[in-house]
Formats: sequence, C-alpha cells, structure tokens
Amino acid sequence: MNTISPTDTLAVQCQDVHKHFGEGDGRVQVLRGVNFEVSQGKLTFLVGPSGCGKTTLISVIAGLLDTSGGDVHLFGNNTEKQAPNERIDFRRRNLGFVFQQYNLLPALTAAENAAVPLLAAGMKRREAVDRARALLVKLGLEQRMNAYPSKLSGGQQQRVALARALVHEPRLIVCDEPTAALDHATGEAVMELLASSAVHPERAVIVVTHDNRVYHFADAIAHMDDGRITHTEQRN
Amino acid sequence: MNFVALRMLTGDRAKYLGLIFAIAFSTFLLQNQTSIFAGILARTGSQIADVTDAEVWVMDPATQYFEETKALKDTDLLRIRGVAGVDYAVRLFKGLPVARTPAGRFSQAVVMGLDDATLIGAPRKMLMGSWERLREPNSIVIDKAGYLLLFPDEPLELERTLEMNDHLVRIVGISDASAPFASFPIMHARYSEAVNFQGRERSQMAFVLVRPQAGITPKEMSQRIEAETGLRARTRDEFRWDCIRYYLKHTGIPVNFGITIAIALIVGLVVSGQTFYLFTVENLKQFGALKAIGVTNWRLMGMILLQALTVGFIGYALGTGMAAAFFEITAHKIATRGIVLLWQNVVGVGVLMFLVVIGASLLSIRRVLVLEPATVFRG
Repeated sequence: MNTISPTDTLAVQCQDVHKHFGEGDGRVQVLRGVNFEVSQGKLTFLVGPSGCGKTTLISVIAGLLDTSGGDVHLFGNNTEKQAPNERIDFRRRNLGFVFQQYNLLPALTAAENAAVPLLAAGMKRREAVDRARALLVKLGLEQRMNAYPSKLSGGQQQRVALARALVHEPRLIVCDEPTAALDHATGEAVMELLASSAVHPERAVIVVTHDNRVYHFADAIAHMDDGRITHTEQRN
Repeated sequence: MNFVALRMLTGDRAKYLGLIFAIAFSTFLLQNQTSIFAGILARTGSQIADVTDAEVWVMDPATQYFEETKALKDTDLLRIRGVAGVDYAVRLFKGLPVARTPAGRFSQAVVMGLDDATLIGAPRKMLMGSWERLREPNSIVIDKAGYLLLFPDEPLELERTLEMNDHLVRIVGISDASAPFASFPIMHARYSEAVNFQGRERSQMAFVLVRPQAGITPKEMSQRIEAETGLRARTRDEFRWDCIRYYLKHTGIPVNFGITIAIALIVGLVVSGQTFYLFTVENLKQFGALKAIGVTNWRLMGMILLQALTVGFIGYALGTGMAAAFFEITAHKIATRGIVLLWQNVVGVGVLMFLVVIGASLLSIRRVLVLEPATVFRG
C-alpha cells in the first residue's frame, strides 16, 4: 500500500532513469540516466530542444510509461514497484494533467469536462459537476460553464483543462506545452492562472515548455538535452 | 462515467444516427424475412392444421406432403377402421379442380371432400352461412380469400354459383380457412360431390382422417396403423412438419430467404462495426486522456459496451417497431394474411443483434485497450 507522507518535501524524485523504445537495430534510447527532483510548492519548468526526451520523462513520471531502468518516486512512493491497477489508482487520486491540445471531450460542456476526474473517481454526477462549476468560477469561466469546447476559445479551453487538472485536488500537476497552441497574451494569462491557482505548498507543478516568454513564472527550470537533465536553475 | 460514455456517443449525431439506422435496418430486414419465411412455410401445412376433428392423417406411403398425394384404395379405409384403438376413421378427398364464375373469372381451387355422413374436417371458423348446409345438394363452403379472388370488389354473399367440371355449385358458407401455400381458393364439399368436381379418376381418396379412442395418443395410434396396414400414418403436427421439410428440401425458398437474411446480418455487422470503429478511432485522443486521468481499462471497456448496447437497443427497438408496423399492415391484406411477426423471431433476432453489436464493439475495445495513455502528450 502506498501512502503519501505530508512531511515529504520532494514531490518527484527520479534516480538514474533510463528509457528506450524498440529493440535491436530499431532501439532508440530516449532517457539516458535522468536525475531529477521536483519540490512541493514549486512551479518547475522542464525545458530543452525538441526530441531531447521531455515528453517521455513526464510520461514516465506520470506513470503513463514504464522505465527501462532507474527509480521514480512520487511523494515517497516508488511507482515502478506499484501493480498496474495500483498505479492507475494512484494516478487518478494524485495527478492532474494539462495537455497541449487540451483533449477536452467535445460532447461535454465545460463544467462536465472539468468534472471528469471526479466522475472517474466514482463521485455522483451532480456533486462532481457542482464542484467543477465552483472551480470554473474561480478560473473566470462563470459565463461559459455550459458551453461546449467547440464554442470556447483556445484560452478558455485551456482554462477548462486546468480546472479538470485541479478539480480533484491532486498533489502533482503535469502540464505539457500548455501555451503552445495559444497566442502570447493568452498564454501569459493561462500561465498566470496556473501559477496562482495550481501552485500550493503541498502540490508540485511540472510544466514542459518551449516558450521562453513564460520562463519568468518558473520557480525552477530544469534543462534537458539528449536524454539527460543538464542543469537546474532555481529562480525564486 | 456512464453519462460520459452516452454523451460521447450522442455527441456525434451523424455517426450516432448512422449506427442506429444500420441496426434498425438490419433488425427490420431480419425480422421481416424470417417471419415471412416462417409464415410461408407454415402455410404449407395450414389445411392440415385447420382440421381439428382428427389427430392422425393416414396416406399412401408414397405421399410425402399435402399438395401431392397418391390415392388410397377404398379397402384401406376398412383396414384402418379395423385397427384397435381407432375411434373413427373417415375419408378425405383433396383435389385441384378449376372453378369458374358466371362472369367468366376462373381459378384453380383446393377442394376438400369431407365424409358425407359426418362432415369431419369441415371448417370450424365460419364467417357466413353454416358448414351444416354442406348436406344440401351441390353446395360448397369457400374461404373468404378465395371468394374475393373469384368475386373481386363484391360483398360477401351466399347462394352465388360456381361451375366446376360441368357441375353448378352454390356457395352455402364462407369460411375463414388458413391461407394455403398457393393463393388458391379453399373449398369444402361432401366427398361424394367433390370427386365429381375434379373429374374421373379410378381412386380419389387422398387421406383417411382418424381420431383415436380416449387414452390412446395420436402418436401411438399412427404407429399402430402403420404396423397393421403398411400405410403411412402421421400425427397432425408430424404431417405439418413433413410438408415444411419437403419445401425446405425441394424448393429454393430457404436459399432465397437465407441470402437476404445473410445480407441483412452482414450489412448490420459491417456497417455498425465500421461506424462504431470509426467513432472510437476518432475519439482515441479522448480515450487516451481518460486513461491518463486514471480511468481503468475495465471502465473504458464498460463505456464502449454501454455505447454499443445503447445503439443496439435503440436500433433493435426501432427495427422491431418497423417490422411490427409492417406486419400490422400486411396482416389485414388477403394475400399476406396469417404472416405475422412471431415472438420467436423477435427474440431470435434480438439475440443476433446483441451478438452483432458485441462483435462490432470488439475491435473498438481492442483499439482502446492497447492505446498507450502517453499518446496524449503527443501533439
């Protein structure tokens, strides 16, 4: 049984993490011994050139991919040692995601989309949607609760995605290029919202980004290249 | 998550309606064709079923089905009566003379010649007149469909006349006989008169109708008759099934219906399967996001099955409604009377369509199960 100790200050701890895809001549080594730490209460950026392994690393951290070697600890739990169902359950309770393409369900309203993690956890629909609505109000979408994704702007969709990532109060939020599909002003607004609403003393936020115009929001920036973390800057 | 699954399903109106239409169309075709098939085959023995006065039919061993008979000898009747356990045994003539109206319309007709003394085998469902009046000279009872065939657009009336083999006969009753396999009028007359309507043949007794004494089953009776006379004796149900099997074996009916039924199944499976698969493929990103969020494979499988069963149920209900409406309309037509939507077909097609939607959803389920949730991070 994995438990989360509130005294752990490290949300994420990767030790010598390796990951490759394929075998033989087709084998591609993506992560080459990553050592990476993310503290609670911090907004940590993971940056680096395309193909350096950022997406693979956050997939491994989120438990969406298995490692080929090394250990990944989330809040003190070695996720590599978790049984598949245990890992899914852990992810459902403790992780929130913000995707580059939002990945909202087009048939659900903004409030319903934001409620999905609560529904996945078995909460009743009405209660889940009410909680999502309350969060959307905080994120400035009170006028767009019943709108479908196709009727929302990119910035609004990303705010719904942010609400979906926050609604079940996870302890780690993983954001993949959250501003890539947005213009600068909207991206800046989304990052402001992320920094103000997601960062919490008992929560960590990892943002993978190429967008150096939003680096000023970061508490720490981990630079990655060729499957390794080359250095980490502490900003605040 | 059930509501999420249903909203995903109904969110894409075109595919949702396409799925329902494919299943409804397939259901309608299957129920329609299987019911017509069953109805037509049931007609091959409908005159046997109409005879409620006797449980055992005795015939020449060469007679395989109702429409084509080899005549029995007059002495056979006496031999049958001599079998222990026979309560009564009466002759039955079956012929196919041509009947002509005074206006010149004509049609071949199925004439059943009943035992003069007892009138056993007479139609019990009378719409007008009485079968007792068959005792009057030159009288016949004709079925309603046959009457309307010979006297189209005219009201049902007794005392109209027909000519058969130079014999003028009067209609003394109109029956509600079950529809025959061919759309010929069904006429009942006394044996002694019916043989004259057909024209001379050396021997004309097609069947002997037997009722066993109390305590003897029809099956037991037929076995005794066969053992003691060497004739072929069948219970009413056995003889009906003999006729059905004969048509199944010797006609193209099962092949023709089989092809349509197979096409309906294939269309249902392919169209619904393909549409459902495309629906899933187009939602793979969403399924990936749900997987990443922490929805288990079992839950996703349940969502897909719920979607499949929902469209399956709605499509099946619509298709069954269409089939019921079709048969409600055609059941009142003379030509298609008696062909109804059987509950066995409704249940059977329901099971088939359940298998179709489950089959259609299997590919989709597989696609979602093997989906790597990490794909959601790929833009």
